[in-house]
Amino acid sequence: MAENGHENGHGHGDNAEYYSLKAEAIQALLIEKGVCTLDDILTMADRIDSRSPEDGAKVLAHAWVDPEYKQRLLADAESALLELGYDLPETAPKLTVLENTDDVHNMAVCTLCSCYPRAILGRPPAWYKGLAYRSKVVVDPRGVLQEFGTELDAAVQVRVIDSSADFRYLILPKRPAGTEGMSEEDLAKLITQESMIGVAQALSPDSVTAS
Amino acid sequence: MPKVHDRGGWPNEDPIDHSEHEMEEWERLVDALNGVLGEKGLKNTDQLRRAIESLDLKTYESLAYYEKWTAAMEILLVEQGVMTTAEIDAKMAALKEGQA
Amino acid sequence: MAKYQRGDRVRIRVGVPPTHFRTPEYVQGKRGRVETLCGVFPNPESLAYGGDGLPAQPLYTIEFSQTELWANYKGPTTDTLLIDIYEHWLENI
Repeated sequence: MAENGHENGHGHGDNAEYYSLKAEAIQALLIEKGVCTLDDILTMADRIDSRSPEDGAKVLAHAWVDPEYKQRLLADAESALLELGYDLPETAPKLTVLENTDDVHNMAVCTLCSCYPRAILGRPPAWYKGLAYRSKVVVDPRGVLQEFGTELDAAVQVRVIDSSADFRYLILPKRPAGTEGMSEEDLAKLITQESMIGVAQALSPDSVTAS
Repeated sequence: MPKVHDRGGWPNEDPIDHSEHEMEEWERLVDALNGVLGEKGLKNTDQLRRAIESLDLKTYESLAYYEKWTAAMEILLVEQGVMTTAEIDAKMAALKEGQA
Repeated sequence: MAKYQRGDRVRIRVGVPPTHFRTPEYVQGKRGRVETLCGVFPNPESLAYGGDGLPAQPLYTIEFSQTELWANYKGPTTDTLLIDIYEHWLENI
């Protein structure tokens, strides 16, 4: 199972083996001591698994087609999500939606840890939690955008949002040109995880019709 | 020199690695355990952060994401007297034996 | 009661306590503008040690010009950065 067969390796595989064992031990002790049950853990795991970028995309596509909904979403994201049946847990951090326009491009990061709108998008991608993104995006956002293949005109204001406290930020990407006749369902397919973090634009409509 | 976790603006020439890490089952459990401990009032997000931030630079940079969470959970559970390091070590040894 | 309102110019305090805090060093000592008062939240510096987080702290989104944060910022001077900062880390300019 371990991918490193090195005798004295100090690679990731060794750490994983050690910490997975530790996690298993902690879990077993918590159950033995009656702190929680296995069912508590499995239920929570399922709950976490149940959220994914598709949920965020559905909400944002709805905002694209319904301008009044968009205003409500930007003003009070949690109430607007509830309208679509997404009841965020009370313990979840507050959520704010920031809109990307012709003039302003927002992109989100957490330089201190890995804050992310998990309550609606699920777990963050690995690169979002990595040191390279966290270090670079605040000082060179346009360089980072280029790494994601995103070119922005110098006239567009780039606004980095470092989510350092009690709010999580979801980016509403710009609706691409040529999508006027598309259904909400097809529009949602244009809204990628990267575009909801703000490192990319929404996909162009050709990418969906082609598939 | 900022603290280990305070990464904004740190010199970093590494390209952003776009490959997605396939979540392993134990990592999924750590994620869930963290959530359960939160619901039981045994830790909050700032406690988890504080424990992760207490790791030394080398450990912080070499451990993968959920490895850091596991290290931090151990710190918090031991600190609160929910379990001891000796109990964890003994359980790890027993589990390893069982696997062998 | 929140001390600052939208549009106020503020400076971020400088300090690296050995304990937990949520104000990254790259904004410390920098001047920005209050964009939003986000509400009042328990203080993470207390929560991190099992405290009750009281007194709760007003939390603000502060907007900085990127050229204020980085002397050699490569992008246009109109680029900005937003970050959420608790009131006790803010001072008047």
